[in-house]
This record gives sequence, structure tokens and C-alpha cells, in this order.
Amino acid sequence: MDLRESTQDREFREQVRVFVEGALPGDIRGRVLDFKRLEREDYVRWQRILYEQGWGAPGWPSDHGGTGWNALQRVVFEEECFRAGAPRQMPFGLSMLGPVLIAFGSPAQRQRFLPGILTMDEWWCQGYSEPGAGSDLAALSTRAQRQADTYVINGQKMWTSFAHWADWIFCLVRTRSEGKPQDGISFLLVDMRTPGVSVKPIRTLDQGSDICQVFFDDVVVPAKNLVGQENQGWAIAKYLLGHERTNMAGVGMCKRLLSRLEHFARSERKRGKPLMEDIRFRDRLAKLEIDLLSHEWSLLRLTSLERSGNAIGPEASILKIRGSEIQQELAALLMECAGPYAIPYVAQALEPGYTGETAGGDHLNALAAQYFDLRKVSIYGGTSEVQKNIIAKSHLGF
Amino acid sequence: MDFSLSEEQQILADSIERWLAADYDFEARRSFSVRPAGFAEENWQRLAEFGLLGLNVPATHGGLEGSAADIFIVMRAFGRALVLEPYLSTAVVGASLIGSAGTLDQKQSILPGIVTGSRRIALAALEPGARFDFHDVRTTARRRGEGYVIDGKKAVVLHGDSADTLIVSARTSGASTDENGLSLFLIDSAAAGVGVRGFPSIDGQRSAEIGLTSVEVAREAVVGELDAGFAVLESAVERGLAALCAEALGAMEALMDLTAEYLRTRKQFGQPIGRFQALQHRVADVLIAIEQARSVALLAAAKVDDPDPREQRKAIAAAKAMSGRCGRYVGQQAVQLHGGMGMSDELAVGHYFKRLNCIDLTWGDAAHHLERYSDLMC
Repeated sequence: MDLRESTQDREFREQVRVFVEGALPGDIRGRVLDFKRLEREDYVRWQRILYEQGWGAPGWPSDHGGTGWNALQRVVFEEECFRAGAPRQMPFGLSMLGPVLIAFGSPAQRQRFLPGILTMDEWWCQGYSEPGAGSDLAALSTRAQRQADTYVINGQKMWTSFAHWADWIFCLVRTRSEGKPQDGISFLLVDMRTPGVSVKPIRTLDQGSDICQVFFDDVVVPAKNLVGQENQGWAIAKYLLGHERTNMAGVGMCKRLLSRLEHFARSERKRGKPLMEDIRFRDRLAKLEIDLLSHEWSLLRLTSLERSGNAIGPEASILKIRGSEIQQELAALLMECAGPYAIPYVAQALEPGYTGETAGGDHLNALAAQYFDLRKVSIYGGTSEVQKNIIAKSHLGF
Repeated sequence: MDFSLSEEQQILADSIERWLAADYDFEARRSFSVRPAGFAEENWQRLAEFGLLGLNVPATHGGLEGSAADIFIVMRAFGRALVLEPYLSTAVVGASLIGSAGTLDQKQSILPGIVTGSRRIALAALEPGARFDFHDVRTTARRRGEGYVIDGKKAVVLHGDSADTLIVSARTSGASTDENGLSLFLIDSAAAGVGVRGFPSIDGQRSAEIGLTSVEVAREAVVGELDAGFAVLESAVERGLAALCAEALGAMEALMDLTAEYLRTRKQFGQPIGRFQALQHRVADVLIAIEQARSVALLAAAKVDDPDPREQRKAIAAAKAMSGRCGRYVGQQAVQLHGGMGMSDELAVGHYFKRLNCIDLTWGDAAHHLERYSDLMC
């Protein structure tokens, strides 16, 4: 046990910091740090910059165009990107489908799809949840019927993030109704432009609409778009869940929120003094800082164990839960910085190019929206309650 | 950074665990606890044989000169077994205070005795009414001839009644809550004017109220610079706090093991109670709390030697605040999950719970260290 940061690690962090700070376009950075909405093109632009640097896929092995970085380096990279105000790298292609294709895909599939993920020439979304299949994912009922060398899909996906911007969707579909529900699921890749695919954005609490419903109406997909074997989809889904689970910790996002919070605690005033000087407020901020510090050390420890070849088990669920809770508490305190100015809200002011007025000033307008929007983090990717089931069952052996 | 144990550390951890498993089960501990000193002299000698008493002592004075990570390993193991011996006071705080600030004479006369188990030290620093503030000192040391005369009272001196040497903070100048003007003195607990009244602690350990009435000491009894004892004291206490975080972690882990076993075997409504989701979620909450406690115990061990004093203080304050909060929470939940049995003195559960609370209350509870952290943010 040696608890000092190694020179190598420090140099790596420095290298990433210098590059990210220099390469991140100022307009994107400004919008991200002000909690404004980004356009599709902003995400693509940043991904291209990383790709040109050779850092397009931090989590992939180098023979597939990845960086080959170890787990700790990936954590450092993500943290530095968040710190600088970079948009998050969309996980659907990079962290989800990419690793699945590398593990289960055919050489033809890898050759066809991996480059587009790296350059973001193709935007992917994830077709998992359905109206009747949330936490109980195996209850999904979107059907794919084999007909000669095609599948015909009918059904509906729900809560699909960025489906309205996506070129492709990877789906869990039902290919067999008999037997255990888990044994009749397949993993299919679908071109969003295929006739019969339609997308309807869902408006969320912050008046954004990043998540969508996706409808499949007799959608014909070539059978070569099946990943792995027919009815092997559940194993693939589980692999995907197990892959890079430490990235659910959200430490980068927590740190960004904390740094914004510190900024507002100094700029906003109470009885003529900065909020930071109000002991009652500062104690709450202190508690959150300590929470985050310990969360960060959990991530460091688990990442380091992962790097030395130990499998991460239910600890990943702990990271997910704590990351969610801390993000949500930070966002709540951030909203409180605005005080009564958390009440008026002009949703359009978050869009690029807005020139109109807001009640309390542009800087306060987005804070309540951020608080409401971040309630999602304890719901998506397995709710906190599902995570707790996993933690307890694995520990008690039930 | 590397969180896995080195080969030497693994050997250290294994040998402690083996000893504790063989000689320190819960019933044995109960019998040690009711001895007059509150622990067993033979265990103290075992710790000396293992070399553990010299873990914080430089090699030049016969010690092992271990790292903060080594102390983490030892204290975590002690927490698991609820070890009673005054390791923290003597081998962690006492040894590091004298090792870092003592004169060559002081080191030569005291450190070898710590290593061999012939000398025990207690930190007599906090006072009645001062709560956790080490700078709130009314005890005075007045100059007389070449030496000093000390008068005052010291409160809740951990293992004060089994120590032969006291490290006493006393005011040599300044007002009663100034950080400047404090000096540290080495005082023989058998010296004239030293009154030691020992009491049992709720966790099975012992502490003492110490009265100092016209206690005469020589100039050579001063540790560190005159009037500048606070920084020395604080730095030694920081080491103690880091060690307490590790001990708390060990206690929480052992408590969770006991609780999990109970949930697997205790049946109600025809099934093990651990199958009920309401209890499973409580278990998950406990495991989450332990993970936080583990992280901060490591953080404390990593930062206790940080050359940046502000960074060091913040990390230790954060760690002790979090560890205290988690320790209490884990203890409370473990009692609840044991139902009525959790209230029984017969089971170890309650004893872990009480120790965890006492750890929280030692040298600053969660609220105190949160306040410290919050003040350091400005």
C-alpha cells in the first residue's frame, strides 16, 4: 500500500489538463459551465477534437483505435474533461456499443461500426427500456420476427436518450416468447432511417427533451445486424452493465457542480455578505465537500483494484448511488444559491442564440432547471433501489 | 497510488490477525477489560515482541519506523477485535510527538522504553469545559528558578491511570484560548502534586481525570519550543485521528460481518430475516456508509504526512467527521438489525456500537471536525 500519487500519474494528469484546456472551444465551454443546452454539433465537434488527438475512445484497447489507457488514467481523463467544462462524451457508442462489438461482434460489424463511433459520424442511442419494462428489463416485449435474412421489429422503446439526434439504435428485442424471459432476448442494430422507425421526444421537468419514445412499426432489419447469437442478448446486456461500471460514479460531474457552487457561494449575497460567509450555508457546503472527497477516494481505490485485475462487484453499485446522491445534493444547494430567483424560469434562455430577458439574470436562470433535471441520475442506469438490492443480496448471499 | 498490501504489509496484517484470532476473542476481551488497568499486561508485552509498539519510532531509537499505511493496517485490525490496550496513546500519539519534537535526551530516555513496552504515555491536553479545543487551556506553568510549577486540571485523559508518563499542555503565556503561549511538558504520573482518578469508559476502556497541584518540573521537561506547543500537539493529534479512523473502519467491518451472519441465520415468518427487502436496504445503507468510512480512513493515512499543513488539516478533519458520522450510523443500524438481541450486553454488537461512539467522541466528534473543515474553507 503506497498512498502517494505517482509521478507518472501526476504527469499524465498534467498532460491531459494542458491539452483539454487548450483544445476545448470557448463557446462550448461557456455553455457547459452555465448549464445551457448544447446542440448536436457541439458534442460532435468536441469528439472530433479528441479523435484527432488520438483520445477518441479512452476505454477501448489500442488495436481498435482506443487509447489503451488503464482504469486510473481513464478516470483522470474524464475528470479533467469535466473540470475544463467539456461536454461529456456520449456513452452510447463509446462505452456501451463499442465494448460490446469488440467482445461479441463479427469482424464485419466491428469494421463497419467502430470507426463511425470514434469519429461520431454516426450517433448511437440505446434501446433498452420500454413502457412495461423499466427496472424489470427482462419483461421487454418489442418483438423481432425472423423472416428469411431479415428481422421485422414491432414495438416501442422508452426513455431513449438523444434518439432524436441518433443515426443508429442498438436494441434489446424479444426473439422468443417461450421459456425464461431472459433467454428470449437478442441484441440488434437498427438504422434510424429505416421505414417504420419514428421518434417522439418526451418533455422533461426542465422543459428539455433529450429523451424520447421510439416506435417500431414493421421495421425490416438485415439479419447481419444481429450481434452475437440469437437469444444471447441478455448475456450481452449484462456484459455491458458490467463493463466500466466505475464510470457511473459521476465524480467529474460532482466536481464540476461543486466548483460552480463555490463560485455562486462567493457571488451571491445574504444580508450584504457572500453566502460563503454564512456559517449555516458553509457548513452544508463543507459536508458535501467531505462527501465528495470520500466518494472520490472510493473511486480511486476501486479503480486501482480494477487495474490490478480484481473484479469490481457490488462496489460499483455503491459508486452509482453515492454519485447520484452527491450530484443531487449539490444541485439542490446550487438552486438555493439563487434564493427566490429560483422561481422564475425562462426555458428558452437555455437555448443557443436567446437574446431576451430573464428575471434574476442569466446566471441564475438555469439553476432550478439543473436541480430538477438531475433527479434523473438516481433513476437511470438502474435505480438506487435496484442498486441496493444488488448490494445487499451480494453481501448476504441471497 | 497502490491500495493493495505489499508483501511486508501482508505479513504484518496476517500476524496480527492470527494473534487476535487465537488470543483475543470477545470473551477474552471481556476478561481483559475488567482487569485494574482495563487491559492485559501480557498483551502489551506481545505488542512489544511483535515490534508494533515501535512502529512510529525511528530506527535509530530501536523502532520499526513504519509508514502511516502500516499504522492503518494495525489500527484497523485492532478495531476488528476491539483491542483495549493503549496503543493509540503510547505508540501512535506519544511516540510521534516525542519523536518529532523531543530533544535528543528526551528521545533517548523515552523512545526505547516505548519500543520494549516498559513505558506508557498518555496525552493530558483537554480540560474540563474545553470540550474538543486543544487551545482552550487554563492549566498554567509558571517559571520557578530553572524549572516550572504547573497547576490545573485535565479531563478524560485516555488511559491516564495506566500511563507512567504524561504529556501535559500548559499555558506559559497568552489568554486562555490563544493558540500561542502553550507549552508541552513531560510529567511523571507519580510526581508530587499529580492526582490521577481513573474511571471506566462506556466502551470498556478507561480514562482519568487528572489534577495538577504545584507540580514542579525541570526545564528539561519542556517538549518542543516554549509557547509554541500547540502546533506540535496538533500534529501528533492528527496522527491519532488518522489512526482512529482506521480503528473505526475495522470495528464497522467486523460489526457488519456479525450483522450479516445474524440476518442469514435468524428466522422469522418462516425465513431468514435477511430475505426481507426492508432489512436488505438497511444493509445496503450500512455497506455504503462503511465504504465512505474506508475511503476516508485511507485518505487520512495518505494525507497525514502531507507537507502542506492546510491540505493535511482539511483531509484529517474531513476524515474524522465522516468516520464519526458513519461509525455512529453503522452502530445504530447494527443494533436495530439485531432486534432485541442488539440491546443485550451478552453480544459483541453493542460493544462495537459503544466503541464506535467513543471513537467519534475522541479528540473531536463529527460536528467539531465539520466545523474545523468549514472554517478551513475560507
